[in-house]
Amino acid sequence: METLPVVAAPAFDPEDDANLAVNAPLLERWLIAFLRDEVGRRRGFARVVVGLSGGVDSSLTAYLCAAALGPENVHGIRMPYRTSSEQSLEHARLVADALGIACSTVDISAAVDGYLNLEPDASGRRRGNAMARTRMIVLFDQSEKLRALPVGTGNKTERLFGYFTWHADDSPPVNPLGDLYKTQVWALARHMGVPEVIVSKPASADLIVGQTDESDFGISYARADRILYYLLQGYPERKLLEMGFPAADVRLVKGKVDATHWKRHMPTTAMLSATSINDFYLRPVDY
Amino acid sequence: MLEPVGVRRGSGPARGGTSVAFRVAAAQIKPRKAEVEHNLRRVGDVFAQATDMDPCPDVLVFPETVLSGYFLEGGVRDVAESRERVFEALQRQYEARGRPDSALDVVLGFYELRDGRYYNAALYATLVRGDAGGAVPCIRHVHHKFYPPTYGVFDEKRFVARGRALEAFDTRFGRAALLICEDVWHSITAAIVALKGAQVLYVISASPGRDFGGQVVGNLARWRLLLPGLAEEHSVFVVYSGLVGFEGGKGFTGTSRVIDPWGRVLAEGPDTEECLIAATVDLDEVAIARASSPLLADLEATLGDLVLELDAVARKPYRT
Repeated sequence: METLPVVAAPAFDPEDDANLAVNAPLLERWLIAFLRDEVGRRRGFARVVVGLSGGVDSSLTAYLCAAALGPENVHGIRMPYRTSSEQSLEHARLVADALGIACSTVDISAAVDGYLNLEPDASGRRRGNAMARTRMIVLFDQSEKLRALPVGTGNKTERLFGYFTWHADDSPPVNPLGDLYKTQVWALARHMGVPEVIVSKPASADLIVGQTDESDFGISYARADRILYYLLQGYPERKLLEMGFPAADVRLVKGKVDATHWKRHMPTTAMLSATSINDFYLRPVDY
Repeated sequence: MLEPVGVRRGSGPARGGTSVAFRVAAAQIKPRKAEVEHNLRRVGDVFAQATDMDPCPDVLVFPETVLSGYFLEGGVRDVAESRERVFEALQRQYEARGRPDSALDVVLGFYELRDGRYYNAALYATLVRGDAGGAVPCIRHVHHKFYPPTYGVFDEKRFVARGRALEAFDTRFGRAALLICEDVWHSITAAIVALKGAQVLYVISASPGRDFGGQVVGNLARWRLLLPGLAEEHSVFVVYSGLVGFEGGKGFTGTSRVIDPWGRVLAEGPDTEECLIAATVDLDEVAIARASSPLLADLEATLGDLVLELDAVARKPYRT
């Protein structure tokens, strides 16, 4: 019997990153247009301030802002605490020098310690939150001083994991990276020429010495992003397990997302009328 | 103005015998949110620019909700206007800034208040300045969006009512139809207006960009399949005008374009920037394409059976 050649679709591979691939030049162009429209046309600002942590998110944000608005209109601010790593400061400087943007440094140690000295037993989490909220006080105040708009740097993975301080890291009014998973941030950063030493180093909030995001999570960004991709598409947990994703990974990722929906919303207000703001009375942010 | 000999530049519907070719332009602009007066002046700016174009457009198409921006939520109630007021405002702009002694047909999207309801609407009107050879300023047709999307980022039916009709209508430049955004994501709508005689489909949209893994933005890739598909299936010209600019982080994908009845793109604008695209629509192409590929006639010939099939589906006998 003469057999027919079989052309079969490849089996699903849970380690395939094709769905997370981005067309980096297209994305760059789109985000530049976004920044020009949202900062300039809609809000009337010519300048922005970006908190430069030395990490890939804020570095990429600075690169995008410089491309969109011109380096002369981007002001980077380094806000170290006394335990922050020297390397973070150096990497932030590296970005500012590479882009030719202004860069100032505001040491938040005295401000943070002024409060924490009253709370000597504060946990690491509380200390980290105090630093993050102090950085936002500085960023917004500097933005007022410089007549510039603060630009946020949070990515989609950390937003979904709730890995940020509520009403601190998430508070700048414009955010170009918030719908990009961390692995997509890396791809765009490499395309835009963010120094490899910044892109390839382990991501860290740099609140505690030696801390990394992935050790905090218990899963790598690459594995988490593949699961988040399908979870946000609406695939139920059962389906993800059938597709071959490890049960422990799926539960960990889903658990973090489910536990932090509240962090992605405004405060809960008791609804008492049929004109409750954002329930009945609905106007878009740019109205 | 460059014109082939014997070509008529519109004084009634094209029914055959005389060639009708006209110049169409589509403007993709970034409106200011909820600032109707400003956006009307912006439309007037385009009228002024069009007077200097050579050849000058006969039909000028503006995107969906160009007078207010698209994502308005409850703000629809603040900006909705009657068709008469929009027409009068456009006519005033044209009288002030249009080409002297000329007429211009305009397609434009806006939120309409009509008979106690709000709609996402598209208007087709003739505007006149001075002596335009007998052309009379008038509203020729208003289409209410048949499929206001209400899923994902879209929330239209929460704020506007759904249109109930899909019409074709006569213009100075052939028989036409208006469709808005999701209207054409259902190919049956274009089939219906083509069966009603439309030779030119004016499609206006506000299509927010999403998915950046491919060669172009994901929704744009879909439009690029969709519009030439409609043009080729029904042998119609498709004139598409897309909104541009960002609203609350959502950027519209522009790419206004003119597509001929063979599915060929004659002109296409960029995805994020404002621009004016222009092309010639020669309605002779419609007849030639339909004779070569009589899909529309085949569809018409089987309508009796199709109606029975659709009726059967509508009665849901298979879903008890």
